[in-house]
Amino acid sequence: MNENLFWIFISAMVINNFTLSYFLGLCPFFGVSGRLTTALRLGLATIFVMVITSLCASFLNTFILPYAPYLKLICFIVVIASTVQFVEMVIKKLSPALFRALGIFLPLITTNCAILALALFQTSREYSLVQGLVFALGAGSGFTLALVLMAGLREEGELSSVPAIVKGTAINMILAGLLSLAFMGFAGLFSSG
Amino acid sequence: MNEVELTISAGGRSQEPSSLRLVATLTVAGMISGLALAGVYQLTAPIIAENDAKALRAAVYKVVPGSTQMQRLTLRDGALMVVGEEEEVETPVVYGAYDESGRFVGYAIEGAGPGFQDTIKLLYGYDPATKQVIGMEVLESRETPGLGDKIFKDAAFRANFTALAADPAIVVVKDGKDRANEVDAITGATISSKAVVKIINAGNEAWLETLPEPGDEPGLEEKAEERETAGGAPGIPGIPLKEGDR
Amino acid sequence: MAQGDSQHVDAARISQEFIKGIWRENPVFVMVLGMCPMMAVTNSAINAVAMGGATAFVLIGSSLLVSLLRHHIPKQVRISTYIIIIATFVTVADFSLKAMAPTIHKELGAFISLIVVNCLILGRQEAFASRHPTRLALADALGMAIGFALALLCLGATREILGSGSIFGAPLFGEHYEPWVIMILPPGGFLMLGVILLVFNWLGQRSAARRQAREALRAEGVIR
Repeated sequence: MNENLFWIFISAMVINNFTLSYFLGLCPFFGVSGRLTTALRLGLATIFVMVITSLCASFLNTFILPYAPYLKLICFIVVIASTVQFVEMVIKKLSPALFRALGIFLPLITTNCAILALALFQTSREYSLVQGLVFALGAGSGFTLALVLMAGLREEGELSSVPAIVKGTAINMILAGLLSLAFMGFAGLFSSG
Repeated sequence: MNEVELTISAGGRSQEPSSLRLVATLTVAGMISGLALAGVYQLTAPIIAENDAKALRAAVYKVVPGSTQMQRLTLRDGALMVVGEEEEVETPVVYGAYDESGRFVGYAIEGAGPGFQDTIKLLYGYDPATKQVIGMEVLESRETPGLGDKIFKDAAFRANFTALAADPAIVVVKDGKDRANEVDAITGATISSKAVVKIINAGNEAWLETLPEPGDEPGLEEKAEERETAGGAPGIPGIPLKEGDR
Repeated sequence: MAQGDSQHVDAARISQEFIKGIWRENPVFVMVLGMCPMMAVTNSAINAVAMGGATAFVLIGSSLLVSLLRHHIPKQVRISTYIIIIATFVTVADFSLKAMAPTIHKELGAFISLIVVNCLILGRQEAFASRHPTRLALADALGMAIGFALALLCLGATREILGSGSIFGAPLFGEHYEPWVIMILPPGGFLMLGVILLVFNWLGQRSAARRQAREALRAEGVIR
């Protein structure tokens, strides 16, 4: 069981990284990752939302959804939107400075496909409560990792001369491709002896 | 994207619509949505269930060559019992495959485990009389295309599993096999090959001790009759009953 | 305004809204929206087409409904209502696909459900369908949906041809073609889209340069 949990975490974080392997959470990945500090903060907020979503999803899956499986999507979306709203309120109360720093990115977490995907994968793989939590932590950390790496690269890119033809999203895509290529090296991390 | 940003953050400008109107709108929307979805679900659920059952049956008949009928079995109180295809069971499940005359041919055992990239899910056939694995079918995998995906694309690799001795435990070799319990690994995809064997070995470890002696397997008809006399549910859906009726 | 006039204006306007989604405001290549599903499902042409079809169904259906109901949805709850509408259409698409084409549904996996957070759809409801009459909303949705599907097909076909040596499952190059496998893997998706965007940038810059040159010549009176 312990080995299983470790595999779930590492798999979600690097081997099957949500952003670089599953193509999830790309909107904030390309839209936000201009600055390192913002990227880190957004990543942490996302981890938090993911963990809460995972808990709620486990609850829904155990008690409510077996009776109405067709309401799964709507329930998950409502949970995510509410969680983000809640997190927004909490951050606003506890640390107005952080709230201002995150700005528009906080409500955007709702449309982050990674969070909904987390809930969906957790359901289809039938993870338990603990497995789901570990999965959420791994996935969130992986997303944050990818975000931070990308932000670092882009900050470097601002200081170098990038040809006009490839400026903007094009070079970001190519950078992402190279990152994804690098992360492929993590496959086979748990080779069976 | 920019428009969405602005509008999401600009909410909450209160004007004329009363809270009642807001709540009512959302409630009505939710109810209509729920009704529509319930309807579509009723329509599609039977088709989906049928598709799933068909796919499973096809896989079972493939890994247990010669079988045309099957039933779901589970371990209860130390004995293998028949359960319905839709029934929810807490204990692990295995499939019994039978030929046209209702004679037992072999078991189909499901297994899953980490492969090179992600989890591999497979189904394999086992013949207790000869203690051999008689077929293997990969159900789900995300292995490297061109290399790891040969576990289901490469006919030579699949042929390893048509008469594979399960006792002693199966072993992966790289330079051609000598013994009956050896599997020849795919060149360049050793890890995927080893993963498949590991899953099968784990399945065998979990099941072989608990399976009944060859010849004592639950028969297709026996169980149906037994359940009849015990007042239990009539026959297994989808499995034709030879004698007796509901 | 005579009946004929307004209809004429409408027809021109309708086709304008329709066309813009296909090229000039193509949701993927120009507006860079809806990227998540794009790359995961474009590892083969048939998957790309299925995804394009499902997204079209959701986009057109929800745009129609939002436009029809636009005067009845209070502003404060509009985003939530749009999401309920979109999620309903997505669930219908999900179940229908699972019943009608289980193999494709398995390949696309969770990405059908993920259509619901596709920024493209919510974006169109908010930016267009909620502010324009039904016919225009329909034209806009159709145009965007086709533009999206074409972009998906473009990427999917390219990746499949290079990465599997086939198109729609039919092998193209014969036995000895060594497929460029990276193309159907995640990095290939990013790289391929980057290259396509690069081409679009180049085309855009070229036509801008040409337009500038023409303006300059016109200013000097060389051409009319």
